[in-house]
Parts: sequence; C-alpha cells; structure tokens
Amino acid sequence: MDLSLIIMQLLSGIALGAVLVITALGLTIVFGMLGVVNFAHGALFMIGAYAGLYLASLTGSFWWGLLLAPILIGAFGMLIEFVLIRRLYGRSIDDPLLLTFGLSYVLVEGVRIVFGSDGIPFPTPPQLIGVLDLGIGFFPRYRLFVIVLVAVVLLALWLTLEKTRVGLIVRAGARDPTIMQVLGVDIGRVWLAIFGLGVGLAALGGVLAGPMRSVNPEMGSLVLAEAFVVTVIGGLGSIVGAVVAGLMVGISISLVALFAPEMATIVMFALMAVVLLIRPQGLFGVRGRTA
Amino acid sequence: MPKSGSTPKVTRRTALAGLSASAALLAMPRLGRAADETIRIGFPTPLTGPFAAEARDQVKCAELAVKLVNDKGGIGGRKVELLVRDDKLNAGEAATRTLELIEKDKVHAVVGALSSAVQLAVNEVTRARGVIYVSISQSDTINEAKDFSKYTFHEALNPHMTTAAVARQTLKKGMKVAHLVADYAYGHEMLRGFKRAQAAIGADNVGEILHPFGAADYSTFMPRLMSMRPDVLCISNFGRDQANAIKQAVDFGVKQQMKIVVPVILHNQRLAVGPDVFEGVVGGANYYWGLEAQSKSAASFNAAFKAANGGAIPTDYGAYGYSGVGSLLAAMQVADGTDTDKVVDALEKLQYDLTKSPQHYRKCDHQSVQSVLVLESKKKSAMAGDNDLFAILANDTGSDDMLRSCSELGHAT
Repeated sequence: MDLSLIIMQLLSGIALGAVLVITALGLTIVFGMLGVVNFAHGALFMIGAYAGLYLASLTGSFWWGLLLAPILIGAFGMLIEFVLIRRLYGRSIDDPLLLTFGLSYVLVEGVRIVFGSDGIPFPTPPQLIGVLDLGIGFFPRYRLFVIVLVAVVLLALWLTLEKTRVGLIVRAGARDPTIMQVLGVDIGRVWLAIFGLGVGLAALGGVLAGPMRSVNPEMGSLVLAEAFVVTVIGGLGSIVGAVVAGLMVGISISLVALFAPEMATIVMFALMAVVLLIRPQGLFGVRGRTA
Repeated sequence: MPKSGSTPKVTRRTALAGLSASAALLAMPRLGRAADETIRIGFPTPLTGPFAAEARDQVKCAELAVKLVNDKGGIGGRKVELLVRDDKLNAGEAATRTLELIEKDKVHAVVGALSSAVQLAVNEVTRARGVIYVSISQSDTINEAKDFSKYTFHEALNPHMTTAAVARQTLKKGMKVAHLVADYAYGHEMLRGFKRAQAAIGADNVGEILHPFGAADYSTFMPRLMSMRPDVLCISNFGRDQANAIKQAVDFGVKQQMKIVVPVILHNQRLAVGPDVFEGVVGGANYYWGLEAQSKSAASFNAAFKAANGGAIPTDYGAYGYSGVGSLLAAMQVADGTDTDKVVDALEKLQYDLTKSPQHYRKCDHQSVQSVLVLESKKKSAMAGDNDLFAILANDTGSDDMLRSCSELGHAT
C-alpha cells in the first residue's frame, strides 16, 4: 500500500468530515446553549438541500443557493423557535426532543408531498466540475472547495464567538441565563438567534452535500445519526469537540474503508463506544453538564 | 425481557381483548362469504426507503394489470383487488405484513417484494402456508432447491442471466475488472454472477470492495478502486445506492480511466442524477419503454400505462409489477378461479407475452424464461426527448440456456 493512496484516503476523509463538522456544529451549539436536543436537525439539513437546489435553479446560480438557503432556512428555524420551542424552555429535556422528533416527520412528509419522494439531481456548479491533479492522484474540485469553505465558516464562527461583544453575550448566556437577564440582556433574542444559527448550519451542510449525493427526502435521517455520533464523541455542547470529532470520524471512516470497506459505517459507532467508555463526557465535554 | 406474561391473569384489559376477539370471530362467516366474491392479491413492497421510486412504479403497474382484468369483467365474474403493504425494505416487516395479508386479509396469492433478501423472507411465509408467491425482484437463491417450493414463482430476471448478458456486451478476454458491491444478498449474487461470466470470457478480476448497504458516501472507496487500474468497474448495488455510487465515481474522474458497468441500469436513478453522470454507463434491464419500436406488446403496455397514469411511461421494475400480477391473473383465468393447485398448474403451463416478448415459467424452478436487455445511457445531446434515456445494445431472446441447469440448482430432473 503506497503512501500516495493513504494521503488520498486522508483527503477524502477530511472532505467527508467537513460536512459532518458543519452539521454537528449546529446540533451541538443548540444543545450547548439552549439545552435542546434537536431531532429535526437532519430534516432541516434535507430542507436546506432542497432550498439550495430550488434557489439555485431560480437564480440560475449555485452560489446564490449556497448563500441564500442557509439564511432562509435559518430564518425558518427562528420561526420554529419562536412559535414552538420557546414554550418548552424550563421543562424536562424530553419535551423539546419529542417536539422536534415529530417536527422532523412533518418536514419529511411535507417535502415528499411538494417535491415527490424520488431523488432530484443537484448539479455540481460548473466552475467546480472535474478533478484536480494533486501530483499523487486526482481529487474532485468540489470536495476541495467544501473543505476550504467549511474552514472559512469555522474561522468566522470562532472569531464571532470569541472576539466580539455578541459572542460574549452568547457565551455568558449559555453559562447563566438568569444573571444575563438581571444584567438587562434580552435572553429570548439571544436564544432565537442561536437556534436560527444552528438551523442555518444544518441547511448549509445540506446545500454542500447536495452536489455530492442526490437530493431526496430521506437524506437527513442518516446525517442526523452521524451528527449525533460526532457530538457525543466531541462532547455535547462543545464547539471544538464537534470540529475535532467530525474530522476524526471522517478520517476513521476513510482509513477503515481502505482496509475493511464493509466496516466503514460501523467504525464511527465503535469510536463512539470507545470514547464513551474512556471519557463518558466526550473528548471536550464538561463532566456532569446537563445544560 | 420480564416474564410477566407467563402467568395468565384475567384483567379487565385481557377480558376486553377476549371479548372483541370473539366478536370478530362471530363476524367471520360473513367475511368468509365476501372472500368468495373478490380475488385478493397481496402486494408487499418497500414504499419507504432507498428503493421507494422503483416500488411505487411496481404498484402503479400492478394496479394497471388488475384494472385491465376488472375492466373485462374480472375472473369468472369475480373482481380482483390489490392489497398494497409497505414492507419498509425490511425482512421482518415484510414477513409480518405477508402473514397479515394471508391470515387476516385472506389473500389468494402474493406478488411483490423488491430486494433479494426481503423476497426470501416473504417466500418463507408463503411457502409454509401453501400460498402462491410471484417474486418480482432479482434473486438467484430463490431458484435454488432449498428455497424453492411449488408455490414459488420468480418473474424477475435473476443475477445469473443478467450479469452474463451484461458481461457479454462489455468484457473481453484479458480485460481487468474491479467491483464495488453492496454488502447484502443482491450485491453478493451479482458479484458471483459477474465473476462466473468473467471466468468464462477470460477477463481478470483485479479487486472487489464491499460497501455497506444504503451508504450515502462512496468517496472513501474511490482512491483504492482507481489504484487497482481496472478497464471496467462493475458497480453492483440498487436504488439510490446506484445513483450515489455512480455520481461520486464520476466526480472522482473514474470515467476517464475506466468504463462503468452495472448489472441493472435503473430508469429512475438515471433521472435522479441526470444524463451527464450516467453517460456511457452500461447495464442490464428487463424492460425499457423504447422497446416499443420492436415489440407490439411493449407498445400496448406503454399505451395502457400512459392512459392510466397521465402520459407517464412505465419503468423497468414497474414492468415486473405488471407481468408478475398479469401472469398470475392469466393463470387464474385458465384455472377459472383461485384453487391453488389449479393455478400452480396453469402457471407452469402458461405462455405469456405481456411487456416485451414470449415468456414462460420453467418447470423445475419456476424461473421466468425471458429476454434480457443490455442498455447504454445516452449522452444529453443524443437524447431525442426527456424520456429517451438509453440505447438498446442487445436484446437477448429468452431461452433455458441462459439459466443455470435444474440439476445445478439441486432440483430433481
């Protein structure tokens, strides 16, 4: 087995991990800051892919779809928070879980009714069709673009959370919402924005995945399971954890695929089991935290 | 599991359940009489999951076959009814639904299932209860003596005949062949078929990769497949797996280095990923609407389907639903009713031509002897219209020689 093959395999693992990171990030942010386990995250990922496809065909450009779909679906997420989730804060963690679980069925069935249950082609943007010769092998341009875009989004997110006033309020709100209210911060607005951000990230993941897979109503269910595995490995609520675990899962799947391809799906669950045995709170999780 | 159920205690709930059960029992004679009036065909199929597109076409075509018979007054004056159930592409679910169809709905025969693994589960149930089952998806195992029963009929092509036809069109002596295979019964059977055909032709196997069933991402298999440097890549999977695997292989530039071949090329999946991705992909098929240029039965099947479905055209797996139900109903016409032994006898003697060319069920294993198509996906500029997806490379006339011999399958000859 030569080195260039292993490097190519690592690269496909990173590209695979990039989409996982984006999706798991939305899930973990919403859990970490709102204490809501969003079971509709996979469905919103799927809605994002459909919205991206629809907007791309409407405007004639993939780039508008990529930009507008996360914003639009993020706004839709805020509507969900405002109308539904908000009523359940302060109750047990099961209530929003059940609500979002039901919501995921509504969304999937809704898409089946509007767009049909067959897959729809999502063409790769013309600028990114084809492969790039890396010297050691060929790699799809589009997947390289996904790696770069995810890196940029992560950087922007990190800067916003760590270096701006808004980020400060958000981080403080996650720690102690009561004190924030006493200090005169409208915490309801913060929660609204956070949920919108989480959903927007799911939608971004969906648009990015669209040209790699065909778009269909069930595409979110597998993604939801993967995103949960990543958040559990990384530690529920941990942003750094989601990034590290997402890449770790992607690379593990890819390297296992090289030696034992039929095990490729199982490896992430095995990884999760091992992490839970050694560090039950996840790699970057805080022990005993229940949000 | 707690063993609380092992001590029988009469609670209000069990008493109520018992009461309603006896009420149902009292109502039975009436239901029994109704049973003589309509002929009921059970139709388990995976309406949800990765094969949903193909399953829905099967239902539409099966309904068409039923409608055409009912329009002509049914069978001996009895109307035919199709009872469609979602088996969720799960063997356990399919077995439960089939059992319900037999025990509760009192169906006279079962047609359906769309997975080589699920059909074996359905066959277990029907075989044990002596109910006729016409399977309409690919399997080699169902032909073999250990899974066979006199009630089991296989209308679909089987992997052996499909891969042989496809290999004849695509492989040459000395060619290097690599395989990407779904890790379940269908994939394994297709791989076995291809390897047998390869050996006969003299092509070399350079590697095989099994992928998990229902995977969404295939990128991790591509670098290794390309490093094998094959001339032909055979991708043996089904439904959405086919669309995703081919799309991602094309993204990785696989087509520049090798030809992509599939055992069964799917109309719906070609639609789902578009002409550019599928361009040049070759695969087998039981049916393609374009056969109407050379087959009168195809032309009339297309016309009937269009009339019933607002101008849509029938697809490959859809056609199985039509010929599976159609051949069963034709046999019931001959048997003048639903007497199982008479219908089995009629099916064994039946010569039918419903969608493409003459077919019959071989006596020893009840495999439908039929023609096999080999299709090539057209490039966008060569398409005469939205439905002009494939060019017909070969249309091999059906014959017993295409099948494994009865003795190889373990049947007494």
